[in-house]
Amino acid sequence: MITLYDYELSGNCYKLRLLMSFLGIDHKTVPVDFYPGREHKSEWFLKLNPLGQLPVIDDDGLILRDAQAILVYLASKYDPSGTWYPRDNPALLGEISQWLAFADGITGTASAARLHDALFYDFDIEAARAGAHRLFRILDEHLWFGEQEGRGWICSAAHPTIADIACFPYIMLSEEGGIPRQDYPAIRRWCDRVKRIKGFVVMSGVFPAGPARAAA
Amino acid sequence: MTKCTDPVVLDLWHPIGAIAEAVPGIAQQTVLLEERISFEVGTDGSPIVWRSRPDMQRADQITAAERLPAKNAYGYVWTSLGAPPAELFPIPEYAEPDRRRLNAATFGVNVSAPRAIENFLDMGHFPYVHTDILGAEPHTEVKEYDVEISVDRDEILATRCRFFQPMASTASDGGADVDYVYRVPHPYCSVLYKSSPVDESRRDVIAIFLQPVDQEHVRAHMLLCVLDENSEDKVIKRFQQTIFGQDKPILENQVPKRLPLDPRAETPIRADKSAIAYRRWLSQKGVTYGVIPAAA
Repeated sequence: MITLYDYELSGNCYKLRLLMSFLGIDHKTVPVDFYPGREHKSEWFLKLNPLGQLPVIDDDGLILRDAQAILVYLASKYDPSGTWYPRDNPALLGEISQWLAFADGITGTASAARLHDALFYDFDIEAARAGAHRLFRILDEHLWFGEQEGRGWICSAAHPTIADIACFPYIMLSEEGGIPRQDYPAIRRWCDRVKRIKGFVVMSGVFPAGPARAAA
Repeated sequence: MTKCTDPVVLDLWHPIGAIAEAVPGIAQQTVLLEERISFEVGTDGSPIVWRSRPDMQRADQITAAERLPAKNAYGYVWTSLGAPPAELFPIPEYAEPDRRRLNAATFGVNVSAPRAIENFLDMGHFPYVHTDILGAEPHTEVKEYDVEISVDRDEILATRCRFFQPMASTASDGGADVDYVYRVPHPYCSVLYKSSPVDESRRDVIAIFLQPVDQEHVRAHMLLCVLDENSEDKVIKRFQQTIFGQDKPILENQVPKRLPLDPRAETPIRADKSAIAYRRWLSQKGVTYGVIPAAA
């Protein structure tokens, strides 16, 4: 069985909980006291991941770190529908990789701002917020043009991919870093679509979609 | 924003950091009431606190005259920018040797301290915000409870609170009607007692101690003082952090950020009885920091 080394308030850990819930993958959780215990910097954890970062999974002896890398692995191995990471579609795989890297940029800005405000990390808060707004503006435009073409997801497919999962958590949690989303209506509509995917689960700080139904 | 001029708030003890997370000999900096404060905890647990200055980096450089009042209580360093009372409010359960005593976390929250206290006192949000943990539909009713402002102890006491909780704590094995008692013994601190799933004659104690960074930002320190022989520390902390992480966006979206004390400013319902008493108590004390005082 898959073991997830997990911290409840981590958006990067939540990415994996989300995908495993969408795919119905059973797993075991080992809580890591990221804060205030800094257990991700402890000796035992550094043996698992010398970078001292969450999340990490152990799948039958295969140890992987990095949320995006683990999304690729889990979707490749455990998604019988083959839609979350379509291995037979090179153009789509290229797009997905592009947005996985973009998600890392969201982590470096929006998540950093949240760590600064909530957990007192010594980051340049103005730079983090400005960087997040720049990325949100780019994504909002991309999603808006997609909507005009009848596309609801980040990549050019009729279904969500792991790119949607990778970008979702730290956008949803952005207000905790002082980054409001009211100027990004297409992002807000896309967030609601993600919340309506069958199998969606919340984390602390993310609420389920309201009872209104998405337009058919 | 100007620095705090509220004499009531200046004279209070305020929490500024968890003892367990302090490294002896290493000074830490924080902000209290818009002032930069440094503190260091000795190997014996005794804290030294001073107003930060570039030429004062270590506790051994600080003369007695430069030290702020300091206390080690309930696992935290407390200080004051005014003339604090000799004693902090009592939590006798903290001394019981079989309890687990932990700082669940200290989180920065974009909210005023009084708004955070009100949310802590509110049971009505349990089923909606802490779904399947502290509440669940259709068990949404806040049943009648009692509230008094104790003149002797100068604190608010809410008793006979009962709520159905699917998972009241890490030691729970299913849903149960849980008894609550709330105390507000300090304008920015509240102590909650709830039925212990492991011993029906005793109660778990969960306290929230708010450090006012300014009028609209706090550092929320969460003390757990619970009966649980089995769960690891990090599992107990995780439970409480999960709950607090659910409250956080609600707290940060409160408008206005400061708590209005005018009884006509917001419309309470019966379930808000403890909040009404809290607002009245703050008014009676003359607290002005973190609130919108009622017009005279």
